Amino acid sequence: MTDPTSLPNSVSQGPDDRGFFGIYGGRFVSETLMPLILDLDAAYRQAKEDPAFHAELADLHKNYVGRQSPLYFAERLTEHLGGAKIYLKREELNHTGSHKINNCLGQILLAKRMGKTRIIAETGAGQHGVATATVCARFGFPCEVYMGATDVERQAPNVFRMNLLGGVVHPVTAGAGTLKDAMNEALRDWVTNVEDTYYIIGTAAGPHPYPMMVRDFQSIIGQEVKEQIMAAEGRLPDMLCACLGGGSNAIGLFHPFLEDKDVQIVGVEAAGYGLDTDKHCASLNAGKPGVLHGNRTYLLQDPDGQILEGHSISAGLDYPGIGPEHSYLRDTGRVEYVSATDTEALEAFQLLCLTEGIIPALESSHAIAEVIKRAPTMDKDQIIVVNLSGRGDKDVNTVSKFLGKGSLAE
Amino acid sequence: MEKTRIDTRFAACKAENRAALVGFITAGDPDLDTSLEIFKALPKAGVDVIELGMPFSDPMAEGVPIQLATQRALAGGHTMAKTFDMVRAFRKEDNETPIILMGYYNPIYIRDPKVFVKDAREAGVDGLIVVDVPPEHDDELCLPARDAGVNFIRLATPTTDEKRLPKVLANTSGFVYYVSVTGITGTGALDADKVAIAVKRIKEHTELPVAVGFGVKTPEQAEAVGRNADGVVVGSVLVNAIRDSLDGEGKATEKTVAAVTDIVKGLAEGCKRAKA
Repeated sequence: MTDPTSLPNSVSQGPDDRGFFGIYGGRFVSETLMPLILDLDAAYRQAKEDPAFHAELADLHKNYVGRQSPLYFAERLTEHLGGAKIYLKREELNHTGSHKINNCLGQILLAKRMGKTRIIAETGAGQHGVATATVCARFGFPCEVYMGATDVERQAPNVFRMNLLGGVVHPVTAGAGTLKDAMNEALRDWVTNVEDTYYIIGTAAGPHPYPMMVRDFQSIIGQEVKEQIMAAEGRLPDMLCACLGGGSNAIGLFHPFLEDKDVQIVGVEAAGYGLDTDKHCASLNAGKPGVLHGNRTYLLQDPDGQILEGHSISAGLDYPGIGPEHSYLRDTGRVEYVSATDTEALEAFQLLCLTEGIIPALESSHAIAEVIKRAPTMDKDQIIVVNLSGRGDKDVNTVSKFLGKGSLAE
Repeated sequence: MEKTRIDTRFAACKAENRAALVGFITAGDPDLDTSLEIFKALPKAGVDVIELGMPFSDPMAEGVPIQLATQRALAGGHTMAKTFDMVRAFRKEDNETPIILMGYYNPIYIRDPKVFVKDAREAGVDGLIVVDVPPEHDDELCLPARDAGVNFIRLATPTTDEKRLPKVLANTSGFVYYVSVTGITGTGALDADKVAIAVKRIKEHTELPVAVGFGVKTPEQAEAVGRNADGVVVGSVLVNAIRDSLDGEGKATEKTVAAVTDIVKGLAEGCKRAKA
């Protein structure tokens, strides 16, 4: 692995004007969308410089979302694992139950500034769909969410939530009916309704400026952690850990720490049935660079460039790509990307329930699974901060099905 | 760059006083042999320029007809190598009809764009339409294609405004493909009057022929569009004809080839009437 201390200073400076992090990112979209993407870029740059935009967002964070989210010392989990001190960044306590709201609030304010009147989104697990429907209700926008038919089935409670919030859910039957197909369909809607529609992409991927913009809106996670850990421990953590589907909660935690070379950073992909099978979603570990959904990034694909369907027990990680900045951080070696299997995630899920009284999302359970491997090997005075990106209420059906089958007993 | 078969063919259609008919099929749909048979039958039926779709798992700009065609091809094991085989087989019999490969960037990127354009040119390809590589990324594929002697045909759309048009046209060659609607292929109601205005606007910026597509389904529409445009592009109506000709198990029947060529004949008549 590359020695982090020898990295160039620019590791956190991306993207460039064309939206590239190294060779990753860019704006690979059809001509119909290109003028919109450029408008969006200009509007976002303007908003970024406008104190009123930040003030409105800060007020919503505090009074609507309930930020800042706690940085919680997981005492019994730490004791149980017998090594490093483990802190949980409690993003699951946010309004709507995950980090997704951070991004949606930023983007809905932008949509409002741009004079758009209709919102669309894609969703996998439904967390982003719920967060989008929430901000649409709050700001009075009609909301249409594209969701793979498979996901509609396995995340039924979130579909109902979206409906309650006034969102219209379109099940997508193309392909395997998961997140990638939902994103294709959202892009088709957008290209058809360019004039009035704003597309709230849920992860730090897609054409520039989305990866940068979503990262910026999620970076509040890492910024808060920095303050909170200084207050609690008087120093930065030794390790950060987060799960990755598209990678928005991870980049939100990681980005403010990229220049802190002593902080080790670990991202955890979904290994599904295992990386030695074809049933996983580990694009950084087992994919190759390619171009999909507007950006160049690591993708699961066959030798002919056809995109493969991912698999994970967690619908939110079930995506064959990854945000382009993660691809860049992988190649530079600044972040280490590992993976956790379905079984490991399920074990971590249960352990957190029993030791801390917290039901984590299956997505976040992948990050916990890595902590279970690492913490015991570290000293007791070392510190890990893990992003608890979402709560697990939505997953109890899935988990009970697996536990009922006894698949954990093996 | 050197003249290609595309330049020659558009000039010939102009001289013959008709709009060029540009016909799209997906390579490998519904199976390799039938697809090749349709491909070879297109010129005789009246197609002037052939667009051969390179199947991609995630065709983001396509409506349901071409999505399904793509799925049929991929389910049958179609690959880029087989698309090139089809072009080579076609060229053994026809060295005049221009062939354009149309598709998405990833299956090209994975082969290396420079290698791809060289292979394409050697197989007998004249042009490329790649939906998700805008002029902002001309260095990726457009310029390597031009250097290899392959036209890179760019789409102009209703959202391409006056300010942006020169950027879109800058490295375009062969012809300009005007997308008549904001949306995906095979949908939308085509407004011939609006299209006429858009074509006129584009022609103020370029000497290249302008072909219009997305939403042309009938000979009457081809005629209406062809009055102002140099070419008319049809795709979804042809792949729908393939779909409708299949048997209960999705296999080609003896009607499949004729289902496509019959429609082409009508559309070609429309293109002739357009300039009459």
